[in-house]
Amino acid sequence: MNTFIESVLAQADYKPERLLQMLRAVQAQYLHVPKAAIEQLASALHIPRIQIIAVAEFYSFLHLTPQGRYDIHISDSITDRMLGKEKLLNYLAEKLKVKVGQVRADGLVSLNNTSCTGMCDQGPAGLVNGYALTRLDYSRIDVIAELVEQQAPLTDWPTEFFAVDEPIRKPGLLLNQPFNNGAALSATFARGLAETLAEVDCSNLRGRGGAGFKTALKWRTCSVQAATPRYVICNADEGEPGTFKDRMLLDLYADQVFEGMTLCAAIIGSDQGLLYLRAEYLFLYEQLQRVLKRRRDSGLLGRNILGRDGFDFDIEIRMGAGAYICGEASAQIESLEGKPGIPRVKPPNSVICGYQRKPTVVDNVETFFAATHIAIQGGQWFAEVGTAQSTGSKLLSISGDCARPGIYEYPFGTTIEDILQDCGAEDVMGVQVGGPSGTFISNRELQRRVAFEDLSTAGSFIVFNNSRNIFDIVQNFTDFFAHESCGFCTPCRVGTSLLKNQLQKIVEGNGAAVDLEELSELCLIVKNNSHCGLGDSAANPILSTLASHPDLYLSQLKQSSFTPGFDLDATLAVARRMAQRDDDAAHLSQVEN
Amino acid sequence: MSGTLCIDGITVPFSDGQTIIEAARSAGVYIPYLCHRPGYAPYGSCKLCTVKVNGRTNTACTLPAADGQTVISNSPDLQYDRQRITQMLFVEGNHFCPSCEKSGNCQLQAVAYHQNMLDNHYPHFYAQRELDASHPDILIDHDRCIFCNLCVRASKEKDGKEVFGIAGRGINKRLIVNSPSGKLKDSDISVNDEAAHVCPTGAILVKRSAYLAPIGERIYDQHPISEVACEKAAIKAGEARGYGSCDPTRLPSPSQQNGGPDSHYAATMPPAPDIKHGR
Repeated sequence: MNTFIESVLAQADYKPERLLQMLRAVQAQYLHVPKAAIEQLASALHIPRIQIIAVAEFYSFLHLTPQGRYDIHISDSITDRMLGKEKLLNYLAEKLKVKVGQVRADGLVSLNNTSCTGMCDQGPAGLVNGYALTRLDYSRIDVIAELVEQQAPLTDWPTEFFAVDEPIRKPGLLLNQPFNNGAALSATFARGLAETLAEVDCSNLRGRGGAGFKTALKWRTCSVQAATPRYVICNADEGEPGTFKDRMLLDLYADQVFEGMTLCAAIIGSDQGLLYLRAEYLFLYEQLQRVLKRRRDSGLLGRNILGRDGFDFDIEIRMGAGAYICGEASAQIESLEGKPGIPRVKPPNSVICGYQRKPTVVDNVETFFAATHIAIQGGQWFAEVGTAQSTGSKLLSISGDCARPGIYEYPFGTTIEDILQDCGAEDVMGVQVGGPSGTFISNRELQRRVAFEDLSTAGSFIVFNNSRNIFDIVQNFTDFFAHESCGFCTPCRVGTSLLKNQLQKIVEGNGAAVDLEELSELCLIVKNNSHCGLGDSAANPILSTLASHPDLYLSQLKQSSFTPGFDLDATLAVARRMAQRDDDAAHLSQVEN
Repeated sequence: MSGTLCIDGITVPFSDGQTIIEAARSAGVYIPYLCHRPGYAPYGSCKLCTVKVNGRTNTACTLPAADGQTVISNSPDLQYDRQRITQMLFVEGNHFCPSCEKSGNCQLQAVAYHQNMLDNHYPHFYAQRELDASHPDILIDHDRCIFCNLCVRASKEKDGKEVFGIAGRGINKRLIVNSPSGKLKDSDISVNDEAAHVCPTGAILVKRSAYLAPIGERIYDQHPISEVACEKAAIKAGEARGYGSCDPTRLPSPSQQNGGPDSHYAATMPPAPDIKHGR
């Protein structure tokens, strides 16, 4: 093991910030992070072993106990469930003779659920040893079970099992633009850096990750900081269930994304960029490395970019390891530093004190992609599209109950109704705009618009028809937040679990009127007191459906003012067993009213 | 930078580098907290000190004080949320105040009293957590850990060691110990370390010290936490006297100590009257 760990350390250049990469390599080799590896890494990297244990326990795809040689995860997004994921998972468990959440006794296979893997348009989806599986069905599962039993290497599995399609159903302003590598950089240098920043400013581009902070302001603030070096981070931790537009951009438009990062680097004065790629998109890793290499070879990355003296910039790809919270910028920075992804205290903001405590711009994949085209076409071109406060276009990842799931590009301000028509959605009950952390709108609100002024979204758009049960949706989302809470602060750590349990009590028909009051009160406590956006949004699915469908919640309630918390008679079972009697007098009737 | 801010209608001065909670404490205005401790890097996880600053929600322990801030701390809404958040801490672990060695000297318990918490309100999680009694002088009852991170910070920042860490995610978080076996006995903690005494609950306890101060005579049996927390700030001004604090969890730094573990016990007693009244 020593030699292997030594090679892992060497490959990571003995840099503790690359801890996640090292642990991923160790996990791939030993199917977990063994104690001996922890000791060796800790001493070589001069970090405490507790940091390594904390990281291994924080991320879903790292483990301290061995997983199966075939480590299978099935995506548990609501869209996967709508496509029959539950039955498929049970079928797979039966076929492989392993329980969900367990490793088979012979160590060959482990099976687990996982949060949305970003394949909602081609689910039910999963991962095997980190690689994405799409369009699972019974016949594929039969083959998979067989391949596992035969111990066939993944390279021998049918390639169509791993095929990821990128269905662009409706390209718009940006996706239709022609592009030559280097065009945005040439335009930037020709125009001048300050002038290009002014164009970004005039475009009124706002961050596409959901929060909508003005991009030019972020870049300008970073560029005027005295501290160096400065960093550019591309946030490709697309974890919001129902989102997959960054997957498509990195798959088909990677050059334009990297070029956006490079022009940002020129403007803010940075020589190092990082792409934080979510673990679920491992299948993109090799091809993105090839794109980077090609760009280095053609002088678009590296030293003196495009012959411009002193402009050096390169991009490193770092993989996540399964944690939704790492989509939050400061949590992502912590993760990039080799730590658990816990959002930082603000102020200071990352722009002032980010990666390695230096000024850092963290932007979404789509933001850099848009910036590239703004640098070429100018800000006015972009600002003419969309609405006053939301200029330009927005990529939507559409999934759920519609005939044509996939990627759509719309000018901001487009109504939900128009979008539903385009994607072929009929008999709509509601739409989840912006994923679980966004807003559920009912079919009475379809005139609303996609825009920061109304329904802001990072790009998730899930359609539900009238055959769906609203509680299935809300429970799936609420469980998701409880699972993904980093646990840093009390209201989110405890509150999301309480929300999950309280919602379950009501859905299962065990709630009284007071439980509904309790539920809404709890929602507000979690929302108002949490440390970061996760806690702030965790109650949104309940709050927005409580608002749109209060009748449904009321119909779940027991018509009594009191519900016992436990079964009185069952608690006497031990006493009965010890007293060896089971007559009528040894039983109590439950109090109900 | 210095200036004044307004907390619940009271004008409070602050000096350079102070957070809102510290400015308040120095002025005798108590804002409840558990993960905070004067002299420690702000952390902001317990969320008890959540206040409204110029209309926006913030933690008073992490937000730098600034001139002209309007802070609301004692609104009915905020007090209500504080009580609920404290109740969350009680149901997350297993807290048995009446039988806990720390009773009366426990900040969690004292904060609960301060908030008039009369029940736990939420259903219990009944967490299964192991006890680590392996160390000859110190024990960890994981049932009472609230993940305030104070022992982690104390060990790293004050003791120059890294004995403690917090691992896991969400409701599965756990306190871990930096030793090959994961047991406290194999770590390099010493009973003189600040980390052994900083715990605001009964999670980290010094052995054989539990009943030296009888229940009923302990610090929060005698004084509400609001008084103790602010007195400490006032006494700090006259700290030249060498004692300085009436917070039972605050102990002399190792350099001030001369007598091994027993010298701690004095600090778990209420402050001597002359110090209390001598201000």
